[in-house]
Amino acid sequence: MAGVIVPMWDNFQILVTAPVFNVQLILNGLSVGAVFALAAYGLALVWGVTSVKNLAQGDFVMMGGYLGYELSLHGVNPIVAIVPVGVLMFAYGWVIYALIIRRVIELDLFTSLLATFGLAITMQQVLNLVFGPDVRTLKSGFGRFELLDGMVDITQIRVVAFGLCIVLAVAMVLFLRNSRMGQAIRATAQDPRAARVLGVNTDLVYALTFSINSAICGVAGVIIAMIWVIQPFYGIAYSVRAFVVVTAAGLGNFPAVILTSLGLGVIEQYSGFILGAQFQQATVVGLLLVILMWRQTLLRRHRLALQ
Amino acid sequence: MHKQFQGSALARALAISAAIGVGALAGTPTNANAEDTITLGSAISITGKYSQEGKNASDGYNFAVKAINDKGGVKIGGKPYKLAVKYYDDESTPSRTAQLLERIINQDGIKFVLGPYGSGPTKAAAPVTEKYKIPMVEAEGASRSLFTQGYRYMFAALSTSDQYLSPLIDLAAELAEKNGKKPGDLKIAMAFENDPFSLDVRAGVVETAKKHNMKIVVDDKMPRDLSDISATLTKIKALKPDVILFSGHTKGAATSTRQMKEMGINASIIGVTHCESAKLTSQFGAAAEGILCPTQWSETLKYKDDVFGTAMDYNKAFLAAHPEYKNVPYQVAQGSAAVEIWADAFRRAQSLDPEKLRDALAATDMQTFYGNIKFSPEGNNIAKPMVLRQIQGGKYVVVAPTKYAADPVVYPRKAPQ
Amino acid sequence: MTRPSLALHLVLLVAGIVAPFLFPAHSVQFAVFWIFVLFAMTWDTMGGQMGYNSLGNIVFFGLGMYICAVVQIGLFYNVGDYTAASGEIKIDFTDQQYYGGLALGVFLAAIGPVILAVILSKVLFGLRGPYFAIGTLGVAIAAAELTAAWGWVGGGGGISMPVFPGGPGMRERFFYVACMVTTILCYLFLRWLYSTRFSLAINAIRDDEDKAEALGLHTARYKMVAWSVSAFFMGIAGALFGNMTGFIEPLETAYPTLTFGIFMVAMTLLGGKGTLWGPIIGATVFYTLRELTWTYLLGWQYIALGVLIIVNVVYFQQGILGWVQARKPEWFGIRVETQPARAVKVDGKP
Repeated sequence: MAGVIVPMWDNFQILVTAPVFNVQLILNGLSVGAVFALAAYGLALVWGVTSVKNLAQGDFVMMGGYLGYELSLHGVNPIVAIVPVGVLMFAYGWVIYALIIRRVIELDLFTSLLATFGLAITMQQVLNLVFGPDVRTLKSGFGRFELLDGMVDITQIRVVAFGLCIVLAVAMVLFLRNSRMGQAIRATAQDPRAARVLGVNTDLVYALTFSINSAICGVAGVIIAMIWVIQPFYGIAYSVRAFVVVTAAGLGNFPAVILTSLGLGVIEQYSGFILGAQFQQATVVGLLLVILMWRQTLLRRHRLALQ
Repeated sequence: MHKQFQGSALARALAISAAIGVGALAGTPTNANAEDTITLGSAISITGKYSQEGKNASDGYNFAVKAINDKGGVKIGGKPYKLAVKYYDDESTPSRTAQLLERIINQDGIKFVLGPYGSGPTKAAAPVTEKYKIPMVEAEGASRSLFTQGYRYMFAALSTSDQYLSPLIDLAAELAEKNGKKPGDLKIAMAFENDPFSLDVRAGVVETAKKHNMKIVVDDKMPRDLSDISATLTKIKALKPDVILFSGHTKGAATSTRQMKEMGINASIIGVTHCESAKLTSQFGAAAEGILCPTQWSETLKYKDDVFGTAMDYNKAFLAAHPEYKNVPYQVAQGSAAVEIWADAFRRAQSLDPEKLRDALAATDMQTFYGNIKFSPEGNNIAKPMVLRQIQGGKYVVVAPTKYAADPVVYPRKAPQ
Repeated sequence: MTRPSLALHLVLLVAGIVAPFLFPAHSVQFAVFWIFVLFAMTWDTMGGQMGYNSLGNIVFFGLGMYICAVVQIGLFYNVGDYTAASGEIKIDFTDQQYYGGLALGVFLAAIGPVILAVILSKVLFGLRGPYFAIGTLGVAIAAAELTAAWGWVGGGGGISMPVFPGGPGMRERFFYVACMVTTILCYLFLRWLYSTRFSLAINAIRDDEDKAEALGLHTARYKMVAWSVSAFFMGIAGALFGNMTGFIEPLETAYPTLTFGIFMVAMTLLGGKGTLWGPIIGATVFYTLRELTWTYLLGWQYIALGVLIIVNVVYFQQGILGWVQARKPEWFGIRVETQPARAVKVDGKP
């Protein structure tokens, strides 16, 4: 047992004696979290508005990454590629909505989960057939920032990713709050029947929501290809992560989704640093369970108080 | 609830589904060898996490099958046979591999097996082939634990995984001494994927490091679907090790190379496995400079055979046939070698009897473009060394062992700009 | 039990018994088929009958597999030494050691998961709807990750299982019979269970838990028992599957959350959930299609399977049995006006 504890304690000591590494961990954690926030944000939107749980979320991400890769082969700068990829994925989302999602939207939880599971495995293999199974990356052409006398490094692309995530989130909040369509979306999320009675075209709202999600995922995919790697079968990790974040944050709470993503990103870095990489994911899901439990106790106390 | 389903509906539904089920399963054609074809069977990763590596291996198999067939196939008793491979997809999952091998052997009646990709699936495959006494030549499972179970029907073309990175530790010790440092002062930081292959690579390193009295300061295991290793790298940055090692198949190689550069991490010696398969030179350019890559095979080695000619000839021919590759990963080469070993065994056994072929395989003593092949009683290839290559100027250059070295190792590694 | 039903059971039983003799080459495929049927049936106890959609039932499967492996090996060897990456120990069991270890292993592989289910039920059953689904998914993923990080059981390196002592044909038949018997026992038990008050209670939990509780139903206890039943049979299935596979490791074999874990849900929904025979039919169709596409549509198999699932949920939303039931209610002895409207249930929105 001591063989396990001692290195952990040593790792912890590093953070105390050289606090500069905390900065590195937090910066990395925030940028990791920002990328996950994009996928989670889209999921929360779709889940909140249409109650569809999109298990193919990660595969939309991978598809966006591959579209970006394809464009870069034709000489498009990956950062620029974000725009056409977003548009293409928006269109793709619309098609998928019309073909599949539309028909399962009113059904129970597991029907949509199953339909999107079918979609996920289909997309994986189509990507595999079209682009081959190779692990791909995109070159952003950006350098890195050195902070605090070179003790802390952060790549510019991560900063860009973080910025993009914030911009997208703010844009979405403004769109939902101020635009006519945004109001329709929010109304539909609260009560689809009432919205329909009041003249909202809920079908259009659903389609739009799903397509926006698809576009966001596509953008996330291009960023992921620039920061990490893409492969047709790696999408599932992003789906799981998005579900974890949305569940932990609570449905319908968009700012919380962003904050939870960022928080989880940082916590994951710390657990990887102190406990070791093998405990990174276990920490995240363990934390999810704790949050769920904690919420449940709150809920029970609330119920008791009501009685 | 079930009371609703009494009566004929249930009967009909079940009769139909059972009929479909039994008919379909039983209807699987038993691919008895067509008159002049020898069919080898393989369950390989076409989908899932190791689909890229699986493609490398099957490309290697197919390339050799075609080359051998083009040269007239294999003559047994004066009659020429063509080779063919029947593939199944094991989804990168060992439990699927075991089921599919049962199917290859029992339903398709295939008596000659080519291995799957990876030590895990191979560990699942070996007990099956062993039980049916069906010989298997595998080229993609290197974990030592495969060769301690007394398998008589499994033959591995490659060197075991403990030899991947441990020569690099010896090299580090040697270089440190040359530069006036004690090997015992060296610090090693390493992260390995959590799978049988990489854990055995790790075991080899731990044993060698102990021998030199080196200190392992970071020893992380990377989960299979982890895409970000910056936490581990931050730790490495803090501890400033002299040697950094990564082993995590293609994804691990790509991720570690990219993120080491991004975080400005360098060490005197950096070793990464699966460099070629991850296309490090073409994907990362300068960031990959100076990285040491253990390889089972290098096209610059002086091996040759009748089918492909020299290693360099093989390299050229394969790249011409597969322009999507920038260089030939050793996973491809050893796949081809496995097929050559089979062809050689058929020729020497002059029979299609599995038992005779097993004996012929056990007596294999040949040179292929991939290296010399001679099996220990445990089934691993003991006639071929691992070599260490360094990425120098965008090319893979053999730097160790000294016998094969084309150029001296660049030491210490320069930080990429 | 009416007569046709009895006759049918007998026909199926005979078919099950003769299958490995008629098609000996397919024994392993058939054995895995029984396991898939068991997956779907035990999932349905929770998801279909009780309305608790668990995505983490696979955790009992993996736990059973590992308990059995550790018992089988640990009785005679040091597990930590055996699972070391270099793997220098070779296991050599006598028949007695093998069967004895296996029997004890399977027994404990059934008990261990039940204990876990009892513990988990205290913790997780407060969660409702999607939260329960994700919570159980979290448990399964955490279990896989922690097992992978635990060096004593080999971590991600896995464990090579002891080799079956009998000849080639014997082993398949042995495990085929073991899987079949387990699944049939599970079927008989569930059949009996669903005929008791228990099924009314768990159906009441599905329909409205708060009301059921208000009426004085001990919901917590019923939920715990239902999950323990699933865990019991899943644990045995895991132990058998691990031995049949010959090599186990945490992520893809023991806790395949995203393959088997989702398959069991897919199969149940395919056949029609909340019924005794729906999961069985769903498993039959799903498994057959999976094996067929893997053979004949290599390279396209996931596309075929995915499209099938999509078409199924888009057009046959009530599952196969539900679809038949809606067309021909009289086949099921239901009068048309009592036809359940369950198919159009909208789950709780946030």
